[in-house]
Amino acid sequence: MDISVQEGYYYTNEHEWAKIEGGTARIGITDYAQQKLGDITYVEPPEIGKEVEQFEFLTGIESVKAASDIYAPLSGRITAFNDALEQSPELINKSPYEDGWIVEIELSDPKEVKNLMSVKAYKEYAGGLE
Amino acid sequence: MPMKMKNTPLHDEHVSLKAVMAPFAGWDMPIHYGSILEEARHTRSSVSIFDVSHMGEFIVREKPEAPSLDHIVTAPVTRMKNKRCRYGFLLNQNGTIMDDLIAYRKADDEWMLVVNAATRERDFSFIKSQLSSSASIENISGGIVKIDVQGPGSPEVMRALAGDRIRDLAYYGFDFFDLLSGKFIISRTGYTGEPGYEIYIDAGIGVELWRSLMNNPAVRPAGLGARDILRLEMGYPLYGSELTENTTPIESGMERFLDMDKDFTGRDSLLVQQKRGAARRLIGFVSDGRRAPRHENRILADKREAGYVTSGVFSPHLNRGIGMGYIDADRSEEGREIRIDTGRGEITAQIVRVPFLKKGPIKMSEVV
Repeated sequence: MDISVQEGYYYTNEHEWAKIEGGTARIGITDYAQQKLGDITYVEPPEIGKEVEQFEFLTGIESVKAASDIYAPLSGRITAFNDALEQSPELINKSPYEDGWIVEIELSDPKEVKNLMSVKAYKEYAGGLE
Repeated sequence: MPMKMKNTPLHDEHVSLKAVMAPFAGWDMPIHYGSILEEARHTRSSVSIFDVSHMGEFIVREKPEAPSLDHIVTAPVTRMKNKRCRYGFLLNQNGTIMDDLIAYRKADDEWMLVVNAATRERDFSFIKSQLSSSASIENISGGIVKIDVQGPGSPEVMRALAGDRIRDLAYYGFDFFDLLSGKFIISRTGYTGEPGYEIYIDAGIGVELWRSLMNNPAVRPAGLGARDILRLEMGYPLYGSELTENTTPIESGMERFLDMDKDFTGRDSLLVQQKRGAARRLIGFVSDGRRAPRHENRILADKREAGYVTSGVFSPHLNRGIGMGYIDADRSEEGREIRIDTGRGEITAQIVRVPFLKKGPIKMSEVV
């Protein structure tokens, strides 16, 4: 399986990514995750303003094959949901790191980034799963 | 200890097409070749081929007058004409379903029965034990490759393969063809709701046929994932999901495939159930959004548990979740709102008449 990764992003072992800009992080799932899930059919819009904890449940995602959970890579308050996913969840398949982003979180503890993997570490981790 | 997976004769073709393979009924089968949804859409807009060589074929030879086979399957095997197919069931004495099948009448005294992969060994022993001593049955499954060619483009593709004679096939009719280097049985049947054909050939020329079909630029391969979506959009039941040894053809709304004028195993129990009325019914339902119900989710009606989901998928042609399931008969009316407990929240859905996808009858569809 060829897996693409994105430079400068941070990764979890549950295959979420975080792109951090200032005090905010944009969150999505990795190319590995979208390939494993297959055609994405639904992403549950989370409540805007909701507080989430690092590595705790963020929202639900469904593919043709299965329903599963997305976990928050970092703690904070949800400030945006990618509305385009409501009609076109396949954006996650087509562009997992850009157009297929899922939520934005205003970070409550930016130091938590130390618990995430770098692109190099994630590449080794995901490559080793096959 | 895990059983060794069986491979169809086309296994290497799937691997070289980079199919995602997964176990199905003991077989390592192609689930998709990239995208299940794309394959389902391509089948409804063009033409797809499916390797379903895991299914079983039996040849039964028996005298045409009052054959014992007539008592074993619900299809009217004595009344059907040669070169015609009929859908039917193998039932237990209590009327529950051992399998669904299609009977092909090859000659006055010869039938081919096409059965499901998971049940084929059990079906074979059962039928063999029930046939009269003057009848014979042969399990030819291992030597057969079965390829389904399905979609609005399938008549063109089949004409290119088999010539103008393909136009003479009526819906649920079949014929024999000498093609490539072997003998073919081709029927105008399928499991997608599209115009389509099912091809049975010697396993030895399976790869040759597969490649010859793949050479047609309109043709793409499709896996079992797309097949499940396509059949469910049409409300066709699947053995192991809607049809099981805990359900009867009356509960599943399949009475039209029972020839109640003849005597067959399970008939007496079905007559009793017909008279009394089934306590539960198979229904179709559409969810109010894109979320799909899943196999074994609970169905709630009037805030009470009223049934369970047998199949559910996201329908790429309705852009909604769709499903089928059993529900208490007194809560099974069309239009009723139900809730599906997915274990991760509830989905609101409405009971509808199947097929989910309203299309003209394929029986009447234009064949080139």
